[in-house]
Amino acid sequence: MRIAVFATCLVGTVMPRAATATVRLLERLGHTVDLPAGQACCGQMHVNTGYGPEAMGVIRNHVRTFAPVLDGRWDAIVAPSGSCVASTRHQQADVARRGGDGRLAHTAEQVAAHTYELSELLVDVLGVTDVGAWFPHTVTYHPTCHSLRLLRVGDRPVRLLGAVEGLELRDLGEAEQCCGFGGTFALKNAETSAAMVADKADEIQATGAEVVTAGDWSCLLNIAGALDRRRSGVRAAHLAEILASTRDEPWQGAAL
Amino acid sequence: MTGPTVREEMLARVRTALGPQPPAPAGVPRDYRRTGTLPRGSAEALDLLADRLEDYRATVVRSTDDVAAAVAALLADVDSVLVPDGVPEDWLTGLTGTVRDAPPLSHDQLDNVAAVLTTCRVAIAETGTVVLDGGPGQGRRALTLVPDRHVVVVLADQVVHAVPDAVAVLAAHPHRPLTWISGPSATSDIELVRVEGVHGPRDLRVVIVAAPTGGGTLTASRT
Amino acid sequence: MSTFLGMPTVRPHPADPPGAPLRWGPSFPEAAHQTLRDEQLRANLRTATRTIRDKRRRVTAELGDWEQLRDAGAAIKADVMARLPELLTELEANVTAHGGVVHWARDAAEANAVVTEIVRAAGAREVVKVKSMATQEIGLNDALAAAGIDAVETDLAERIVQLAGDMPSHILVPAIHRNRAEIQEIFTHRMGDAPAGLSDEPRELAMAARAHLRARFLRAEVAISGANMAIAETGTVAVVESEGNGRMCLTLPRVLVTVMGIEKVLPTFTDLEVFLQLLPRSSTGERMNPYTSMWTGVTPGDGPSEFHLVLLDNGRTRALADELGRPALHCIRCSACLNVCPVYEHTGGHAYGSVYPGPIGAILTPQLLGLGEEGGPFGAHDPTGSLPFASTLCGACYEACPVKIDIPSALVHLRERSLHPDGGHPPTATDLAMVGAARVLASGRLLRLAGWAAALVGRATGGRPIHWLPWPGSLWTRVRDVPGLPRRSLSAWWRDRQGWSR
Ligand code: SF4
Repeated sequence: MRIAVFATCLVGTVMPRAATATVRLLERLGHTVDLPAGQACCGQMHVNTGYGPEAMGVIRNHVRTFAPVLDGRWDAIVAPSGSCVASTRHQQADVARRGGDGRLAHTAEQVAAHTYELSELLVDVLGVTDVGAWFPHTVTYHPTCHSLRLLRVGDRPVRLLGAVEGLELRDLGEAEQCCGFGGTFALKNAETSAAMVADKADEIQATGAEVVTAGDWSCLLNIAGALDRRRSGVRAAHLAEILASTRDEPWQGAAL
Repeated sequence: MTGPTVREEMLARVRTALGPQPPAPAGVPRDYRRTGTLPRGSAEALDLLADRLEDYRATVVRSTDDVAAAVAALLADVDSVLVPDGVPEDWLTGLTGTVRDAPPLSHDQLDNVAAVLTTCRVAIAETGTVVLDGGPGQGRRALTLVPDRHVVVVLADQVVHAVPDAVAVLAAHPHRPLTWISGPSATSDIELVRVEGVHGPRDLRVVIVAAPTGGGTLTASRT
Repeated sequence: MSTFLGMPTVRPHPADPPGAPLRWGPSFPEAAHQTLRDEQLRANLRTATRTIRDKRRRVTAELGDWEQLRDAGAAIKADVMARLPELLTELEANVTAHGGVVHWARDAAEANAVVTEIVRAAGAREVVKVKSMATQEIGLNDALAAAGIDAVETDLAERIVQLAGDMPSHILVPAIHRNRAEIQEIFTHRMGDAPAGLSDEPRELAMAARAHLRARFLRAEVAISGANMAIAETGTVAVVESEGNGRMCLTLPRVLVTVMGIEKVLPTFTDLEVFLQLLPRSSTGERMNPYTSMWTGVTPGDGPSEFHLVLLDNGRTRALADELGRPALHCIRCSACLNVCPVYEHTGGHAYGSVYPGPIGAILTPQLLGLGEEGGPFGAHDPTGSLPFASTLCGACYEACPVKIDIPSALVHLRERSLHPDGGHPPTATDLAMVGAARVLASGRLLRLAGWAAALVGRATGGRPIHWLPWPGSLWTRVRDVPGLPRRSLSAWWRDRQGWSR
């Protein structure tokens, strides 16, 4: 398959390792991967913060960049982020329509129909759960709210992790509780967010796992930031990073 | 109290809010269970009712023929039992100290009665609910509220499985005052600790009658 | 709230006497700054919300058709909104036909005046009340007090809140912020007739409340209630409760006044089969609540001989006018969304500064108060304008809501309203920053540039975590590190690998 990777704005700038892992993983599985140059952001941060009208240009850029999927340039689009995929599916068209651009809304819907979160792409489209990864660590998985409730990825990530050689999965207590990130919520309601992520970090430490993983670097940034601050020693890895890790090319954390 | 202008203005506001093209009335999908799966009055329905009532800490007695004995046993320790009109006379044979609501008792008089014995209109097995609608043997609402013990006799063919079954029964007389009772009164207001028995009767006792008694004269259709 | 000069040990929550019951106090973040420090409150809330949400999960899982019931509930409510004028007049006609009197009130003041007048006409100086959100919302107790009428709350938690001089902090369990020791304290010092040596056992406390209220029930001439629903087709009004205080109020007094928001009407008697399943299981996590009372007008010889139904607008038509915000009016006040909300669990209800706290409060309160209307509240720092921002949009509320109110989408919509009020406003620094950010995020070239700059910093910091940033980054770094930045940008990595695709 020819697959376009939408890195997302956050991964594209500050956490490229999730994007590079996605590329390496898909290529290892025998697919042709592209990283379209015009890509930037899905518009989620603006929309969720109440700047829907201001997000029109952002959405237009995203849809324009990935519209070639409709002409068969790629077979699918994948993003290593549940919330960005949710935004393309559940927000972009609505915002465009309210902004008076019906054509953009229509195209956004069509592009979104070809857009998948990583675990969805692997399990549903490519039909694999064992991706041949090797990750000799204890791991706990935090289901991020948007992949859990908006995308309903269910146990796909856990099935993928379960097939990784050497990986020992530890159950996370109160797993479905939000980590307190919420985009600009972490700044606008900094103290509440801090109290929430403290609970999440407690639960993660209680598992005794070496690594915490999730399908979204945004939530992981919050969780890892709190874990680092308390010198917990727990490291954070995106699901893609774990699945990309092999004996030949083992996970190296922050190194790029 | 309020002039027609307030009423008219509020209705006008509602119409304005809905806009020049009000949304079309929504179709309501009713593909939830419209009827229970357990047949009315079946042994399974009765068992479920008993189980759910006990779950709420109501006292449950199963009876097949001798309702009077069951009732007498549940009321043996009280000296006054209020009996609304329409409770079958043959249930009362073992009782002493029955009190009638004629002429109507005052609130204070009711407060001095120890217990009340009634029939019911319908019972919902799945939720452990007994419903009174003021029909014969049930009395006015205050009678089953002020006395501290409520003994209610539920006949087999009054027991339905699910909530929609009961609503269908009650819809025959929707204007009657209805009281749905599921266990004794309770509160969870203090640290979510459930405490049974607050203002309503603290003691709910239910006689579930499995078979027609007294020559089969008792049926739920008496209302 | 009445003022008490009781023992100093009982301090009201919130400490400052609130203004309007629909919105008092500072913005959400400022109020949360206070409540987050109350360790006792957080411990109470944590246990309470977890208990209740586990119960709810169990009893909703028990019904195989739960999702179908939710779909039906949502559709019935949408239908009600679409046909509200005709349903209200139908309800009015049927209540009147059965001997009731229907009143209409555009706002709190009108509703309070109507109720006060009815109580006066009945010659009563004391009324008993069933817990009701609508009468909380309009501040009825204060209005009655001003007219020399003592309104006695009879729901246990509501009585605790009233005696303590508190505001409620939860829709269903208004005294959830008080633990047993505090309640013992409140009863001992404020109840007037508390038994000597009262312990802090919940049973004993509940029995003390029973004794305290019993005489009041038996002598009351007038009762005031809210309504969980009212059936247009029959004129039947329903109140769902647990303690029996509702039955007492609805049955014993001679005069009954019910104050009901106009959105509570339901079309048909059959609709009860949906809501009497959705409501108890969602709110208390029971298969059925102990008592549900329904009545139609007056019934000769049974219950009150005078019945008044007050239909209340108080901002509801404002909410109705907003197509995207309208679903907030579908709410059946079950409080499931509060119990699953991680923000509520941490901040408690008082941070929302309204009788409607939690996720539903964050959308309903601003709408009732006309957020974004010309001359109305707006902006992320305004007390009302800040409410829609008090959420991470995690979606737990939407998942729990028995009538499927998409609270996250409504929150996003109201954030937009808050920041783009009718008539405009001079741009704030945040507005300008977001407009600037939008330009970067709309351009692959500019974002690559940003990635390149991040890598520059990454190399300068050796890829190590960052512990400190200047404001506004400090809001982040106060409790978290910023994980180390990459030493090479994504675009550089990709270019070396195979070149950007055209
Ligand atoms: S919004 Fe939904 S979950 Fe929240 S109180 Fe209302 S009905 Fe219940």
